[in-house]
Amino acid sequence: MNTIWALTGVVIKELYRRKDFYVLFVLTAVITFAAGSVRFFHDPNIVRYVKDLCMLLIWISALLITIVMAARQIPAERENRTIFPLLAKPVARGQVILGKFFGCWLASGTALAVFYLFFAIITGSREHYWPVLDYFQAFLLQWIMLGIVTAMTLLGSIIFAAPSSTVTILFVVVAGILFLGRHLNTIALHNSEPMRSVIYTIYFIIPHLELFDVRERVVNDWGLVNWLDCGLAALYAAAYTGLFLLLTWLAFRRKSLT
Amino acid sequence: MKKIPLGWPLALLLTVCFTLATLFVPRAAWWNAVPRAADWNKGWSQSDNVFKLLFGEGRRLFANEFFVMADVYFHSGYYPSIFDRQDTDRDVADPAHGKADDSNSTSDDFLGPPPDWIAALDRHFVPNRHTHLSSGGPSGHVKEVEVQEILPWLKLASDMNPQMIETYTVGAYWLSRLHMFAQARDFLFEGLHNNPGNSELLFDLGSLYNKDFHDANRARNVWMAGLRCWEAQSPNAKTNTEGQLIYEETAMNLANLEKDQGNWPQAVKYLKIVKQVSPNPDAIQKQIDEAKKKMADQPGISKP
Repeated sequence: MNTIWALTGVVIKELYRRKDFYVLFVLTAVITFAAGSVRFFHDPNIVRYVKDLCMLLIWISALLITIVMAARQIPAERENRTIFPLLAKPVARGQVILGKFFGCWLASGTALAVFYLFFAIITGSREHYWPVLDYFQAFLLQWIMLGIVTAMTLLGSIIFAAPSSTVTILFVVVAGILFLGRHLNTIALHNSEPMRSVIYTIYFIIPHLELFDVRERVVNDWGLVNWLDCGLAALYAAAYTGLFLLLTWLAFRRKSLT
Repeated sequence: MKKIPLGWPLALLLTVCFTLATLFVPRAAWWNAVPRAADWNKGWSQSDNVFKLLFGEGRRLFANEFFVMADVYFHSGYYPSIFDRQDTDRDVADPAHGKADDSNSTSDDFLGPPPDWIAALDRHFVPNRHTHLSSGGPSGHVKEVEVQEILPWLKLASDMNPQMIETYTVGAYWLSRLHMFAQARDFLFEGLHNNPGNSELLFDLGSLYNKDFHDANRARNVWMAGLRCWEAQSPNAKTNTEGQLIYEETAMNLANLEKDQGNWPQAVKYLKIVKQVSPNPDAIQKQIDEAKKKMADQPGISKP
């Protein structure tokens, strides 16, 4: 366990050494402030469009940070040849995978917490209303979703040749799931066989990342999602994360490092 | 690798500088020759805004999307996607068009029963009920003032397509309902600036003056301008059903205004206009007869 935590610590340190997080945070803050400074009909109380925009930027930034960070972990170790002394410690390949996963997941969680703190301060200062529990739930669900994305990206980094291709493919896949995931069953119904069965199969196989997107509920003040449903979603996410980590380990176990 | 001589980059730099200088000098001369700030906007209307500069005529494509966004906010996010069955009517515009704001309507329940367990679970994480921001919102006790959240989208839609009349009428309606009368008037002015003589905008502006500003004289003048603008249209344009309805309502409002002020001959004149376009001329004739009777009861009033 100590070995895994040691690897995790290294990944977390990488987050604050690199510029990605700072650049994305500043960009989010600048765009949000610029949008918030616009006055429509001289009314200072209009706030939902700022919340909407800020949440969208948080989602994009969090995905960028997570995917880019997770995609370069193992390829960078191979490229710098630090993977050999690491495995000679001795550290099992499974421990490397777990260490990298927890490192990326905790680092993305830390970044996400900073983003949500900014979001809460900005919206609270305009709305004079602090639904802290709603924000915490949205943060928690998004962080759980980032766990699946991290595991998927680690698997991608083992399969694909370069981090750039992993990042591109993962972005396309994640964006595709987020935009189309929940509509695949409807699309399937509008197709004839065998296309219908193919689309339905994809619908049931893919991890439904959009389940964890409660932006519209937060922006439009729909209140908390039942915690039992959140628990079910967390179990669903845990199953997919575990599956992707297992596949990553299986692929990495047979992978030649030279 | 062959080394590039030092002179080459310098020559390239000089060429770039010279090219830029030849491009910018004439513009700089024109820049200095501009005497007043007003000249910068010479020949530009208010619709020639930053969006026109960025998107050109393509910006009009976004206008409808922004109007839909106002409707999405009005429903607190409960809205059909492009994959769901869509209604072409926008609930956010219904009250402005005199239709009932029926937040309990189930006609927009586009989701239906969940087809599988993933969809069933998903519904707990998204807006899942048909509500209106103007009547309680998702929690049922949202203050009506929160309907202001739709306003940025209506403003953006009008900026994107200044000829989209509905954005001004719907925006002015909600501004007026939020007691932001001056802003509603200014928004309608903006609409009229971009669409001079539009009968619908003049009708709404007249109503705003009459109902919210309690200024019957201005309301009368604006409505009369509305009638004149409609009459000045080509015969083809006059066959438009919606335009005829606006004409009828404007004349009817004028008739009511004159009735309220005891100007019976004027009221009869406007009722006769209403009768020409009304689908129910018999009912209007009854009103004309009543007005004539009242006119006869008042001594010293000459018949129109």
